[in-house]
Amino acid sequence: MSGYAADVATLARKDLLLELRSRDTLPAMLLFVVSALTVFHFALPEDSSVRAETGLLWIAIVFTALLGLTRAFAPEREGGLLDGLVLAPCDRSAIWAGKTIGVMAFLVLAELVALPAFALFFHSLSWELLAAVALADVGIAAIGTLLAAIAAASRARELLLPLLFLPLAIPVVIGGVGASVAANPGSFLGFLGLYDAVFAILSWASFEYIITE
Amino acid sequence: MIRAHKLSKRFGDKRVLEGLELEVPRGGFVLVTGPNGSGKTTLLRLCAGLTAPTGGELEVDAPRRSIGFLAHEPLVYRELTALENLDLYGRLYRIPERRERCGAMLERFGLWRSRNERAGTFSRGMLQRLAICRSFLHDPDLLLLDEPFDGLDTEGAKMLYLKLAEHGSTALVATHDPKSLASRATARLALA
Repeated sequence: MSGYAADVATLARKDLLLELRSRDTLPAMLLFVVSALTVFHFALPEDSSVRAETGLLWIAIVFTALLGLTRAFAPEREGGLLDGLVLAPCDRSAIWAGKTIGVMAFLVLAELVALPAFALFFHSLSWELLAAVALADVGIAAIGTLLAAIAAASRARELLLPLLFLPLAIPVVIGGVGASVAANPGSFLGFLGLYDAVFAILSWASFEYIITE
Repeated sequence: MIRAHKLSKRFGDKRVLEGLELEVPRGGFVLVTGPNGSGKTTLLRLCAGLTAPTGGELEVDAPRRSIGFLAHEPLVYRELTALENLDLYGRLYRIPERRERCGAMLERFGLWRSRNERAGTFSRGMLQRLAICRSFLHDPDLLLLDEPFDGLDTEGAKMLYLKLAEHGSTALVATHDPKSLASRATARLALA
């Protein structure tokens, strides 16, 4: 394994281990997403459209991700630990990459519960929907981790993160709903792929400047 | 190794350091003293590259990997064990024979028996010992120590004295108790 990949693996493993020990984030994400889908199930009329149901799933996914992102830098913030990581001789973008993998892992685990629940409450899952969710996870985790790092440095972090993240998540909802219900899902999946590529490169390249003064 | 010329740092309107002149040669051991809020911690953070000066020049002739930084906070994860914390930093610093080195540091600072306990269960003194282990783990050429004896008991302080005495690296040490390190110091910087 190259040095960079080893650093990313070390940092991602650390985040997974921290969550395994503290169980702060994942249970909250699971509870939220299942609760949200349950509320939507009872709120929507029987004859609601597939588009409306799918739209609500995407809203649930985005807000579940936001919940996870709020806690993404909590261990580092509470102990001033970002200084320790910034001082380490690894490429600072490895901190972003490791954290992104951790965020994505929690999101995927939440979706492993959320998607069957959605299928139970609403309608069956199509391969287009699953592909869109997989692509969206990458983009959400990539840009969300960068924004969580920005917010973590602010006193108004709980307010700042949603303000930064939700506008940037709108394309994910548009792409996700489009890929799930439109006649030409390929173009929406392509759009999500492009979103992932643009924001992953942007976040990777700018993270060093975000975490250093 | 460290040279500062007219170094200034402000946080908004608050002036923390102004026109500081400092020269620390390789192997120098400089004590930084001054009352609370005089800029001791800020000076160490500037030298570590954790914050940028707002004026003047600062040259630190040491790459990131050769800096050992001991902060107010221990910079360890409370949910990880002492050994896991050192192993994490050991991996990031690519320390050869990492496990042996981590074990040796824990042994040296009296934490070997607590190696598998989470850092969150440690007392203040144990956390400081773990932070010292972390700071010295990669055998740094430049030590930036902020109140290194904080929280240490007599035994812990003695361990740190011995470590500092045998460690020939350049050091900048912020302290409220300069007498305790007077014999090791080559210079003293008093901040107002």
